[in-house]
Amino acid sequence: MDQQLYGIGLYILSLLTMGGIYAVLALGLNIQWGFTGLFNAGVGGFLAIGAYTTAILCTGPSESHLGGFGMPLPIGLFWAMVLSAAIAWGIGRICIRLRSDYLAIATLGIAEILRLVFANELWATNGARGISLVPKAFEKLSEPLDQISFTVMVLAIILVLYLLLERARRSPWGRVMAAIRENEDAARAAGKNVERLRVEAFVIGAAVMGLGGGLLAQYLKFINPQTAEPVTATFLVWVMLIAGGSGNNRGAILGAMLIWTVWSTTEILTSQLPDAWAIRTAYLRVFLIGLVLQIVLQRFAGGVLPERRAVTAHEPPGDG
Amino acid sequence: MIEFVNFHLIPGLVLGSIYALGAIGVSLTFGILGFANFSHGATMTLGAYFALTLTWATGLHPLIVLPVAMVLTAVVVLGMDRGFYRPLRGSSAVILVMSSFGLMLMLRSAIQLIWGPQVHALITGIQRPYIFFDTLRISPKHVLIIVSALALMYAVHWLLTRTKTGKAMRAMSDSPELARLTGIDTEAVIRATWIVSAALAAAAGTFLGLDSQVETQMGFKMLLPVFAAAILGGIGRPYGAMAGGLVVGLAMELSTYAWIGTAPLVSPGYKSGIAFAVMVAMLIWRPSGLFRGRVF
Repeated sequence: MDQQLYGIGLYILSLLTMGGIYAVLALGLNIQWGFTGLFNAGVGGFLAIGAYTTAILCTGPSESHLGGFGMPLPIGLFWAMVLSAAIAWGIGRICIRLRSDYLAIATLGIAEILRLVFANELWATNGARGISLVPKAFEKLSEPLDQISFTVMVLAIILVLYLLLERARRSPWGRVMAAIRENEDAARAAGKNVERLRVEAFVIGAAVMGLGGGLLAQYLKFINPQTAEPVTATFLVWVMLIAGGSGNNRGAILGAMLIWTVWSTTEILTSQLPDAWAIRTAYLRVFLIGLVLQIVLQRFAGGVLPERRAVTAHEPPGDG
Repeated sequence: MIEFVNFHLIPGLVLGSIYALGAIGVSLTFGILGFANFSHGATMTLGAYFALTLTWATGLHPLIVLPVAMVLTAVVVLGMDRGFYRPLRGSSAVILVMSSFGLMLMLRSAIQLIWGPQVHALITGIQRPYIFFDTLRISPKHVLIIVSALALMYAVHWLLTRTKTGKAMRAMSDSPELARLTGIDTEAVIRATWIVSAALAAAAGTFLGLDSQVETQMGFKMLLPVFAAAILGGIGRPYGAMAGGLVVGLAMELSTYAWIGTAPLVSPGYKSGIAFAVMVAMLIWRPSGLFRGRVF
């Protein structure tokens, strides 16, 4: 009985941690899509950059891949964010002046190219076999404590991100972003540099996704091109944000936790089935999640927690 | 030299004509419905699986059952429009892009659910290539693909220039508002657009299946080159899409030729990177494409 309770406890911790990592990704996407209306179809690509950067910088020396830098984990996460941001800056500079469809196509392309790089550059990434033995924060602690500490760390990161992003959203910067999203011409007429602000939002969002990727590599202690299968990862994060309520940071977090719980628990259910069925029902899960997205898009466009518009009357006076 | 023709030029032309068929559909739906259709790749996969199943059922050559596969694909796509795109008709284009992104995964998982993840061959048995001048080798399937693709492109040309529906499609692609004002039944034009793009997608998928094999990711792998071809040709420009498809297909195959020294210029693993590079270059220098399409 105790054994069972202990198992359930560990499972809840893993739900919170993975849901939390996805919440980080959803918060990143919320900056791009929710605040600014930029369509990023390559979330999985930015996730992978973060994960690989952390894995390569922090893992000990190995014959099979680039590494042995042995950097401390926070430095790994820092570079994960920087590299992800740098790639976003490059793609943003090219595409952001065009309509969102082009950004969507280009980001999908970036994610695909990155997947090719990670799969083909054996000397750096060990190809499809991936990088294993990635260090994980608090793994030196004893059995339940290491898991608990890691989960607490992820949740603390979400809290800090949430507070920062809420501040950004209410700040003049966040309000210009909403203005651009709602009426680009009006924002331009008011003298705002629309392209530059959009690139800023895109880059910041990508940095947050890189952080999420770094955390994922630590948590799984392993990364290969399939871990963050770009399309499924991207898609899950989108469904989380849209279902939770895009434009609302709490919605992004709630959506991530909710959808991840559904995703993960249905996986347990399907894995109970005989093999032949288990594979097929795995596809059914993707189909149903897709259906959820369509239903939300058509019927509940605001999500569970719709965006709260920052009306000037609700803001403290003298704030921008 | 002859190696260049046999292993790079001819496969490039084959791949190029396949991409051209896919790109026409993307270009038309982008121009007429106003959004980048991400589910187009999965539609190509679906067409290939329909052709595969019909080949199994009848024992006929895939090209003979292709018209039926095209009709079936068009029916599914019309159903998708009714169920998912039409309710969102008034929404902003980004919402439609997202819906199509979702449909891409739904369609793919439905295909995996129904047909399973195995890889299949459309035609079995070894085919002897035709040999010209002792060295020039062309495999019969490549001839079939190029000839059928050219025939389909001619059919599209005929449709767009000689029929009322086709002219209405071009009008709507040039200016949706003006088309509406002149009394064109926009819903009918949209249905026609879906039918044409789905039929061509089914053909593209089947040809790719004929050239290599049928698997559930095949359409997704074509998505990037096809988008690149549509952008290269200019959005809403079907002829541009044809040219763009050929250019992208050739660029991808020729990039693996040993232009300098003996090693391939670009490692074959990065072929789709070439498509991406072409696309990015176009977005930087000339987003309206070679044929001056619309920029959104």
